[in-house]
Amino acid sequence: MIEFTNVVKSYSVGTRALKGVSLQIEDGEFAFLVGPSGSGKSTIIKLITGELKPTSGTVHVNGYSLERIRKREIPYMRRTVGTVFQDFRLIENKTVYDNVAFVMRAIGTREREIRERVPYVLNLVGLDTKTRRHPGELSGGEQQRLAIARALVNNPSTIIADEPTGNLDPARSYEIMSLLMEINNLGTTMLVVTHAQDLVERFHKRVIAIDDGQIISDGMDGYYHYENQ
Amino acid sequence: MRISNIGYLFKEGIRGIFLHGFMSVAAICVTIACLLIGGSFYCLMYNVNIMVEDLNKTNEVLVIIDENLSDAEAKSVGTQINQVENVYKATFKSREEALKDFIADHQDEEAFNGVDAEDLRHRFIVVLEDNAKMRQTIERLEKIPGVVKINAASELAEGFSTLQSVLRIATVAVAAVLLLVGAIIIYNTVKLAMQDRRDEIAIMKMVGATNGFIRFPYVVEGCLLGLFGAAAAFALQWFLYDLLLRKLAEVDTLQLFSFVAFDQLLVPIAVIFAAAGFFVGYVGSWISIRKFLDV
Repeated sequence: MIEFTNVVKSYSVGTRALKGVSLQIEDGEFAFLVGPSGSGKSTIIKLITGELKPTSGTVHVNGYSLERIRKREIPYMRRTVGTVFQDFRLIENKTVYDNVAFVMRAIGTREREIRERVPYVLNLVGLDTKTRRHPGELSGGEQQRLAIARALVNNPSTIIADEPTGNLDPARSYEIMSLLMEINNLGTTMLVVTHAQDLVERFHKRVIAIDDGQIISDGMDGYYHYENQ
Repeated sequence: MRISNIGYLFKEGIRGIFLHGFMSVAAICVTIACLLIGGSFYCLMYNVNIMVEDLNKTNEVLVIIDENLSDAEAKSVGTQINQVENVYKATFKSREEALKDFIADHQDEEAFNGVDAEDLRHRFIVVLEDNAKMRQTIERLEKIPGVVKINAASELAEGFSTLQSVLRIATVAVAAVLLLVGAIIIYNTVKLAMQDRRDEIAIMKMVGATNGFIRFPYVVEGCLLGLFGAAAAFALQWFLYDLLLRKLAEVDTLQLFSFVAFDQLLVPIAVIFAAAGFFVGYVGSWISIRKFLDV
């Protein structure tokens, strides 16, 4: 579960990125986070992944209180959150298989378990025939599916996708969003940051809209609510 | 970090060396250059020190005994000389032996025809324990009854002592400077390599890898690069040293200088190079990666 309570985040230059944000995303829920550039979306993501600490207020992610988390606990908290980025952030010199396997190795998983889990996850995202390829040899959609496989492989309870379709054409975007939806149906909490209005409207899920560091709408009526603020 | 991961992390460290080949070659070359300069200086200092010590050993003090003393009385002065602090050995030389040595030291033996041993005086050849204290020892020897004159190159002895002290200080100073310069260059080289891989490190951080897990392959890589550099520098040092010895042997005027064989330097050079290579690689990679771990 993700829970923000009156979260204020100010940067050292004086910018107040978040001005008392409160929100709650339940386990297994699917939510879109929408808003214009500079509205505070990235700050919310960074607070969830432990890259930033709130100036005031509380942030709870999967049982960890991030406003007072100790540095050495952060890796363990991050293992409960898978992250998907717009620019994929894949390791170019590793194969498809190794891009996924190294995430399991990073948390000390035994090699036997890695050999069982990685093919399963690659099959789930439709990359089981391209395990020996390198990211540069894949299309944009395939690269994003690989990034999703990487986020998924350690079985995190939450996946944060930051503009996962930002670099993809409409057909591939729909495909990726459908994949995220499928993963959510398996029980993983999903928070998707996006600008893709058409996709948000097609999937009819919860939409949290943010502007100028404040939540301006939060509901099941999609982008329409945000547009009419 | 689990023990079962160590094999994988070692493999990653070795893989990193080949994956970033150019940076690896650069780091190895820098290590070789620094160790070779330091090693050459060490070899030079080692040899110069031995030469100075050998020269110092031949620097004897000549104690001339009163000509009015009988042979037995002159010999007995030796007991008092041996009791003087800093005297290592006092060897009696009669006036006859002194003349023989004198003639033997000069090529034109006929020139000494007619010279009588009685014209010379009995003497003691005194070897000191520490030539740096020659001046004080001479003052004590002069006070012994029966001693009329002392011949000694005290200025030369002091010069040798000063030279040895200067060499010792210079060795420490040069070693310190080279170690510092080497560490800075390797730190920068490894930092550039890290820059190349900052995305990879950031991804590892984001997926929940611990700092130890991320750092381990880089430290393995740094240590291996340092050790490869040390091994190459050692082989090169050996080859260059032997080459220098062969060249010196061909020049007659340089026969005066006797350099030790590399066998004598083999163990200290191997140990110093291995330790320095490992240390620089370990510290360089550890420090370089620190700032990238703060994500």
